[in-house]
Amino acid sequence: MTTQLPPGMHLETVDDKIMTLNVGPQHPGSGHMRLIIKVDGDYIVSCDPDPGYVHRGEEKMAEYRNYIQNIPHLERPVIHDSSNILYPYCLGVEELLGIEVPERAKYIRVIAAELNRCVYILYWLAIYGIFLGHSTMFMWPAGDRELFIDLLEAMSGARVTHAYLVPGGVRNDLPSNFEERCLRQVAYFEKRLKEYEDIFYQNPLLKARTEGSGILSRTDAIRLGTTGSVLRASGVDFDVRKKEPYDVYENLDFQTVVMKEGDSYARSRIPYLEMFESCRIIKDALKKMPKSGSVRTKLKPNPKGGNDEVYRRVESGRGAIGYYIVSNNRPEPYRVKISVGSFRNLICMPYLLKGEKLGNMPAVYWGLNYWPVEADR
Amino acid sequence: MSSGTEKDEVKDTTEEHSANSDDTSRPDSMSKDEAIKFYETKGLDLSPDVPTKPKPIPEFEKSMADKISSKFGDAIHIDYIRSDRIRVTTKRENIVDVAKFIRDELRYDHAESVSGVDYPDSREIEVVYHLGSYTDEKLGRQIFALATRVPREDIPNPGSDTTRMPSLRDVFYSVEFHERECFEMFGVYFEGHPDMRRLLLPEDWADIPPFRKDFKIKGR
Repeated sequence: MTTQLPPGMHLETVDDKIMTLNVGPQHPGSGHMRLIIKVDGDYIVSCDPDPGYVHRGEEKMAEYRNYIQNIPHLERPVIHDSSNILYPYCLGVEELLGIEVPERAKYIRVIAAELNRCVYILYWLAIYGIFLGHSTMFMWPAGDRELFIDLLEAMSGARVTHAYLVPGGVRNDLPSNFEERCLRQVAYFEKRLKEYEDIFYQNPLLKARTEGSGILSRTDAIRLGTTGSVLRASGVDFDVRKKEPYDVYENLDFQTVVMKEGDSYARSRIPYLEMFESCRIIKDALKKMPKSGSVRTKLKPNPKGGNDEVYRRVESGRGAIGYYIVSNNRPEPYRVKISVGSFRNLICMPYLLKGEKLGNMPAVYWGLNYWPVEADR
Repeated sequence: MSSGTEKDEVKDTTEEHSANSDDTSRPDSMSKDEAIKFYETKGLDLSPDVPTKPKPIPEFEKSMADKISSKFGDAIHIDYIRSDRIRVTTKRENIVDVAKFIRDELRYDHAESVSGVDYPDSREIEVVYHLGSYTDEKLGRQIFALATRVPREDIPNPGSDTTRMPSLRDVFYSVEFHERECFEMFGVYFEGHPDMRRLLLPEDWADIPPFRKDFKIKGR
């Protein structure tokens, strides 16, 4: 007897050799997602990612609110990196409405974005540590993350969800002692960061588990359209901050970190090395920043976009984030599409896990720098 | 008697208030020019929000657009050429050929995003592919937007109606999950895609594709 199944559902035949495992949807470290994994003994035969448990329809919500009202909810997909996910939206709206940003605001935005990148990478690293059973590597980044959260709190008034970047600049100026405090804390952090090397990255257990597992070749990294640390770990030198510099990144002194191995170890190491570059950017930006001046261009109340569209992108902690904004002479955008790094890297998961040992799954999965809430939007 | 005077006072203030509000609200009988003058005296600026100044067409992007238009002629339409951005619209029958040309001759190698845009008034859904390049140094800044339009049905039946187009998955492997998302959110079926299932929505979703304009958020 054949039964009529609702669309999207299918019957599964059970094989006595292959076992199906549901990894998730309860996620120990972030928003929920599920991997449907088929295993033959200890080896993964296939992997079918099933995201969507934290799909909140950010893009749909954006069609109902005007350009300013959209700011606070668009940062929700990745609250630890809220400045970076708002950045392309602000750039896009500025291009759409023809807004000029004051010079000082551009530097403050870059500082906020880099501080936020460190907050995100430290949180990611903490969970990476606990995924691999290294509880010191959970405690240290989680503690050091407070340094940057305190700085961002001094800038914006909020600890995690700042809504600090707005079209036209930033919401408010820096507090008076910010520069001195920021330099002091960044200097401490750089010293501290070197200790991570000994306890985590030179750890023989970590190396044994991650080196040579989940190898993504350069050709495949390009073909699969990956982005961010996954792409750079496979030897492709691509960083939006260098390739398409926005705001003042072209004036600042930093390098992109590229590794050739393409394995889980390289993918776990690239974000760590990028934090050194972030510290360099912060120090350089504080030095080159105009010491006074306006930080926000005043907008008209309820500004309308023309009959136009823009696509703007920035480099976030997880790779490029692109905003495609279509406007039709209304105060609300007609369509907002957010193309995020996590969603683009998701395609690697079935590819890399196939043939891998089940025990290597956490290292490969979290090494992809995947943030479920951001991928679902 | 005292209560009577109080009432009078209350009445007076309301009259005053209504007179004030009459002064600030726009009378209905005004023409457009009168209305603009009226608002200008109130200190409100009614000039268009977006300054419309023409920008020069950048040369490198122009040469790329010329290459593709000399190959396909009337089959494509160049919507705009701006610095770092080119947008081309084509018919859905030609999209695979155009995409292959973009990959092989213009050397774009991956898709950054695939967006659907719903236009219920013209009964069409637009699908926009944003393509980028990792291999070509010169194209690092560039984004190539390739768009096409598919017919839209008022009562959608995703997968079995005319809202369909050929998949670009064989040309750009990276569109696989993006096209799945477009399928569930807009009901555009991509022919030739190996795995056209839902991705983010629940398996038992029984409503219309939620990013279409006629799907309203409750209470809005």
